[in-house]
Amino acid sequence: MRYLAQDPTLADFGRDPWWLVLGKIVFAFAFGLLATLLGVWFERRVVGYMQVRPGPNQVGPFGLLQTLADGLKMAFKEDILPKAADKVVYFFAPTISVICAVTALSVVPFGPMVSIAGHHTPLQVTDVPVAVLLLLACSSMGVYGIVLGGWASGSTYPLLGGLRSSAQMISYEVAMGLSIVAVFMTAGTMSTSGIVAAQGDGTQLTVFGTEIPAPGWYAILLLPSFIIFFIATVGETNRAPFDLPEAESELVAGFMTEYSSLKFALFMLSEYVAMVTMSAVTTTLFLGGWRAPWPITLWEGANSGWWPMLWFFGKVIALVFVFVWLRGTLPRLRYDQFMRFGWKVLLPINLVWILVLSGLRSIEDWDSRSKLIAVGIPAGVLLIATLFWPNRRPQPKPTTQEQVDSRPYGSFPLPPMDLQVPPSPRITRVVAEREPANIVAGSDSREV
Amino acid sequence: MTTSTVLAAAGGVSGGEEVTFWILAPLALIGAIGMVAARNAVHSALWLVLTMLCLGVFYVLQAGPFIGMVQIIVYTGAIMMLFLFVLMLVGRDASDSLIETLRGQRVAAIVLGLGFAGLVGGALYRALEGTTAVGLEQANAEGNVQGIARLLFTKYVFAFELTSALLITAAVGAMVLAHIERRKQDKVDQPSTMRARFAPGNYPGPKPGPGVFATSSSVATPARLPDGRLTDRSTPDILPVRELTAQETTLKGTDR
Repeated sequence: MRYLAQDPTLADFGRDPWWLVLGKIVFAFAFGLLATLLGVWFERRVVGYMQVRPGPNQVGPFGLLQTLADGLKMAFKEDILPKAADKVVYFFAPTISVICAVTALSVVPFGPMVSIAGHHTPLQVTDVPVAVLLLLACSSMGVYGIVLGGWASGSTYPLLGGLRSSAQMISYEVAMGLSIVAVFMTAGTMSTSGIVAAQGDGTQLTVFGTEIPAPGWYAILLLPSFIIFFIATVGETNRAPFDLPEAESELVAGFMTEYSSLKFALFMLSEYVAMVTMSAVTTTLFLGGWRAPWPITLWEGANSGWWPMLWFFGKVIALVFVFVWLRGTLPRLRYDQFMRFGWKVLLPINLVWILVLSGLRSIEDWDSRSKLIAVGIPAGVLLIATLFWPNRRPQPKPTTQEQVDSRPYGSFPLPPMDLQVPPSPRITRVVAEREPANIVAGSDSREV
Repeated sequence: MTTSTVLAAAGGVSGGEEVTFWILAPLALIGAIGMVAARNAVHSALWLVLTMLCLGVFYVLQAGPFIGMVQIIVYTGAIMMLFLFVLMLVGRDASDSLIETLRGQRVAAIVLGLGFAGLVGGALYRALEGTTAVGLEQANAEGNVQGIARLLFTKYVFAFELTSALLITAAVGAMVLAHIERRKQDKVDQPSTMRARFAPGNYPGPKPGPGVFATSSSVATPARLPDGRLTDRSTPDILPVRELTAQETTLKGTDR
């Protein structure tokens, strides 16, 4: 592995003075909280845009302070303790969730070595030889918060939500752990800074006489692992379309049905912090961490100093956007489909892929460059071929009238096919009588 | 290698290690005692989780970060979670009764337990008094994870594979026990389900709940359709349809 000067190694950790450690911890914590504040707003705006409505736009510029206002409101609400609740466990459950979600941020590398007040230090709270396992441990302990919250509420819907969540997280953690195995095999280390460093050294390829670096990101080198990892991440953070523990249409609000006030706010906080943390982890493991993407790397200083933080946050925001995009696009899965998907699709694909990968790595008389060419070109051709493969001509479908005519006698009655629905007379009246929603708001109010 | 690993390898006890030990060791003990003493099964499991977490941190302190993390992920995260899963299904009020079936067994158990703990502790103390750990630095020379991997896949590969075969056997056995063979014609897909639902002679709407528009909330009381007829579809097939007598429908005086 080729270490550059700005790449932190494990020996660089544990040498900071106490105030620097404290500063880093406070930064990571504040990052989690701020990401929640902005993340909720971001999600509501993006989903609003996707559903052709404005979203929150009244509190602060572009509605940025909406989450803050909601949080303040939440703090002043009545904290209801159900009579049947197990009081101690009910109290501790949300805190377990939050602590686990925030702790995971401590091993996420935000940037390379920088100089802060004369100290040469990595932009990362800490790193250990088993940092990725620490992340897994955090996410597996975070389940306790949800499960215990569901159980301690002493009511049926939360209990069902908690049970679902435990089964879901255990199932998807297996797929997640297996896709990280491919990363370990390729990077040869379990420390997050080591994995980011390993993604930096790309093999040089010669294309038409010019040397270009081959992609070093594991999202490209280990594409199946990346896809499975991201799907498992969505399952692990209880986000739509895998938000079965809090399925509104089935379980009211799942494990947080009985929660209110600040305890509910803590659950919300942990959900969004977990989403951001998981995006950061995906960035670290698969998207090159704080390393700049290809066109920017042509500039010499792209991967040193404070700039990498910008690339890192850009990647995290892009992944959070994908989370929101999934929520805006996909309907919730049925529970059995969801479990079948995890155990019978993700897991076998993952195992076969790890086998293929270890087979590829054990071919000895090839260097990594010819391996890349030998695998990359057929894979690319296959991908392009499947993308542009001409569709089979579909069978001519019977028209609706033919389908209706072929129904047996006594079938469920249908409305006539030529039914004309007259426009409701109420529509014009409502529009005419309604006051404009807000006259003196910002530039956003045009959309109302 | 982190500083703690280096220190533990050198045989020294750093201040941080000592502080962590003296905070977590009592917590681990409290967890162990709480696990035995808690009346509620879920509380008992939670105390055990506390002890396991403390043990995981101890492993990390002893320069075994990999085994510490695996302890937390596998035992605390997965196995205890499955335990909790079962315990929650049992029900939250399933507490142990405090009636002693064997007279004096509790006192005897406490005495014997304390005696056994004293014996083991004393033996360990006598045996390990004055000895220093050796070989930790060599074991962790190329990294903790790599050292464990080397041992697992060279010296202990047979034992390792045997263990995994044992686990696989158990898993396959459980699957065979729970497996239901489905014939091909029994499998119905979504479109054929919908077609059957809207086929002539089948009412596609949901079944009315028992007791709707009825004089009683019993599940055996059929629902009344809007036109006044009773519908048999609302009651389970195994229940006899039951009409309440006039005496049963009158108030029982509990409202006063």
